[in-house]
Amino acid sequence: MEITCSQVSGGVLSPGLDERQNSIITTGISKNRIHCADDSVAGAVSQRACVFCGARVVLNPITDAAHLIHGPVGCASYTWDIRGSLSSGSEMYRNSFSTDLKERDVIFGGEKKLALCIDEIVEKYHPPAIFVYATCVVGIIGDDIIAVCKERSQKHRIDIIPVESSGFISGNKIVGYQAAGNALMRLITPKEGEVISKTKKINFLGEYNLGGEKWLIERYLKELGIEINVACTGDSTVHALKQIPGGFLNLVQCTGSMHYIARLLEETYGTPYIDVNFFGAYNTSESLRRIAQFYGDPSMIERAENLIERETARIKPAIEYYRSKLAGKRAAIYVGGAFKALAIIRQLKELDMEIVFCGTQTGKPEDYDEIHGMLKPGSVIADDTNPAEIERFLIEKKVDIMAGGVKERVLAHKLGVGFVDHNHDRKQCLAGFDGAITFAHEVYTTACSPVWNHIRKTPSWEASNGT
Amino acid sequence: MEPDMHTLKEVNENQCQICMPLGAVIALKGIEGSMAVVHGSQGCSTYMRLSMVEHFNEPVDIASSSLNEKQTIYGGEENLRKGLDNVIRIYHPEVIGVVTTCMTETMGEDISRIIDTYLTDRKFSDVDIIPISTPSYSGTHTEGFWTALRDIIRFYAKPAAPYEKINIILPQVSPADTREMKRILESMGVPYILLPDTSLTLDRPFGKTYEKIPPGGTKREDISRMSGARATIQFGYNCPDALSPGAYLEEEFGVPLYNLPLPIGLQNMDLFIETLNSITHKPVPDAIMLERGWLCDAMADSHKYMAEVKPVIYGEPERVYSIGSLCIENGSFPVVIATGTGSPTFSKNITSLYPEGDFPVKLCEQTDFAVIENESFRMGANLAIGHSGGKILTERHDIPVVRVGYPIHDRVGGQRILTIGYSGTLSLLERITNAYLEQKYRTYRKQITSEYYEQRGIIHAET
Repeated sequence: MEITCSQVSGGVLSPGLDERQNSIITTGISKNRIHCADDSVAGAVSQRACVFCGARVVLNPITDAAHLIHGPVGCASYTWDIRGSLSSGSEMYRNSFSTDLKERDVIFGGEKKLALCIDEIVEKYHPPAIFVYATCVVGIIGDDIIAVCKERSQKHRIDIIPVESSGFISGNKIVGYQAAGNALMRLITPKEGEVISKTKKINFLGEYNLGGEKWLIERYLKELGIEINVACTGDSTVHALKQIPGGFLNLVQCTGSMHYIARLLEETYGTPYIDVNFFGAYNTSESLRRIAQFYGDPSMIERAENLIERETARIKPAIEYYRSKLAGKRAAIYVGGAFKALAIIRQLKELDMEIVFCGTQTGKPEDYDEIHGMLKPGSVIADDTNPAEIERFLIEKKVDIMAGGVKERVLAHKLGVGFVDHNHDRKQCLAGFDGAITFAHEVYTTACSPVWNHIRKTPSWEASNGT
Repeated sequence: MEPDMHTLKEVNENQCQICMPLGAVIALKGIEGSMAVVHGSQGCSTYMRLSMVEHFNEPVDIASSSLNEKQTIYGGEENLRKGLDNVIRIYHPEVIGVVTTCMTETMGEDISRIIDTYLTDRKFSDVDIIPISTPSYSGTHTEGFWTALRDIIRFYAKPAAPYEKINIILPQVSPADTREMKRILESMGVPYILLPDTSLTLDRPFGKTYEKIPPGGTKREDISRMSGARATIQFGYNCPDALSPGAYLEEEFGVPLYNLPLPIGLQNMDLFIETLNSITHKPVPDAIMLERGWLCDAMADSHKYMAEVKPVIYGEPERVYSIGSLCIENGSFPVVIATGTGSPTFSKNITSLYPEGDFPVKLCEQTDFAVIENESFRMGANLAIGHSGGKILTERHDIPVVRVGYPIHDRVGGQRILTIGYSGTLSLLERITNAYLEQKYRTYRKQITSEYYEQRGIIHAET
């Protein structure tokens, strides 16, 4: 069954904007390194968001904290319960609080209203911490959220943490991740006289427990004999996060969001970090080996090898089945961070698929070099792409399936291209060995769905009319 | 009745409304060949796209002037001009709406002046650029929607020759509802100009070609003739005069305005048909009378069940009002009626729906889901009717939600939910009844067994 994108564009495929030409390269042809991490081009319909968005997605999974967005209502409304992060305890994080600033507050300042909102949340819920996010307007009118948080924190004797996330600071979520990192550092810094003693446990940074992924990896680590101190921030609590300084090692998964904080933790508490990646069987195995090697305990290394052997054998028949169905199909990837892009590339290659287009919102030059090295000549790599470019490459490159987020999904479907969700509101576990099967299954169910043949078929009466 | 309008609290917990520019963008999508440029941070347009994409299941392109820190301090003119250049180059729009945000309004950006200078410099004659001011601290997406329509009409309206068509102005409804409205007008043989027409632009069929700007939408030539129409029928019964596009056409150009409730429910739909009939003297075709007959039949079939339904209804004022009317005419008295928006006439209008007597209901305006949740529980609501925000009522209180309105982000087909006209009402009525029955049949055996057999029933009876 041959399924490729049969769509044609209504107009001439857009040649694109001049300002964007250096941000798109073809492997094996382009001489220059890709241009990335710039501000988005105005009017280009970037898929990127803002600083607030970056900070909000990193901190949101802290389950027992209240998240208060200081600004007019929109920013809170758009981010109410938007992540698929699961909790084993409190559901507090699934609420979205807003100071709901009105015209009057914008003119006279919103600090008083912010303080009252904090009081109300404390009175109603007694959360152990409140994160207060600054939005664009707050940055412009100059509300001193740091002072308000400090004063209210002393009054209520809980952590009230300002997050300096005014959207206009940058369109790049990376800057938002840093704002979240700074807020986390503020939260976990031990109070005077407080001592957090070192343990042999690990901190798992950049793991958001989407679809229970943290819990699955925790099982593997337990088998190795390692306990997770806390994940940052999936299924975490305020109390657990404060134990971060006691970690023996920091695992960094989502490198885009967490390298910044891993470096801060190394500087401040001397905790070393290593990069891990639990997406796909290969990455999972390599990560488990790296962790065991770090501990250096021969029995742990042996346990890791046993686990890898057992799990690899277990999933092998399923992966082989999907490979037989998917080999040779052409894939496109557009995701937020490079760590995810690299993981998806590897998994699709394990299924003998060809990656013909790959891009990210926030990749760095060295990330793109790595992506470049993994793709065949003639593939397209794009930084901070947009719908017009995605449309063009899905058609030109005859793509069968795309992996990405919600905004890419509807465009792919409109062009008759299959789609795999790999975004932060996903509802299934894509990590570890179980996740490798789930991912392959997701690719299979879209790439080999009968709907594409049915919906593309010209009805008989039209075919015979020659129209 | 407890028409308590304001909840005395500062914090908004779980929002029932979205921001003003979003409403403006949705309205703009109903104009043929249009693009929206959001003047503000990149994040604003991306959040709006995400919200619309999840609801409509359609690609929705919204441009941004992508202001960063420097432009925020020194002014965003250069970025807005660049944004306009790029949108014109890639999308070739006929109409561009420049929509402001809380940020650019606070910065004091004079977008009308920026646009005028831009057009003078560029000498474009084939693209109309409309400034739309939507500071999100001044209202919700509902106000943004009306503001945009009024600004668009104002942009095109000039004294026009009298014209036999009727203006039809819709509030924010689904593309399916828009299609149904057109079908009704066409079956009545009524010539009309409908604004905004999202029937294709936000719900395009799968086809062989893909256009960056979807086909369909109200033509700008048609909008410019609205000032000469015979009459305006606007479904903005709760829309304040200051925002009302129909009121503007009446005040400035003397086009008589019939401001009606959204035609959901038998009485509201009858009122619409009656109004059309009185303006045009066109007979009501048999096909429509058949649909009315089926609705009446369904009302008889559902009434015993509907009498058991105690709904909480929430969302945008127009939809909430008309669904409230639908429930009450079917013998189901809503116990909570709520909107995240405020309207000077909303509470009076809702109150007038209830017959004389003691019907407990809590009315909430400018409210949030913390209040809706609390009141629903307190008032014993057993069914919710509204957008996806109500999912917490199901999760926390096992109250099923009949999904209508915006946004629907946890089910497919938000763009194709039909609620208006006799047929749409019938389908909504049966969805409501069946959602209630599903819950009832799932739980009644256990409930009755527990109450009459286990707790004070036969197993404890003295012999």
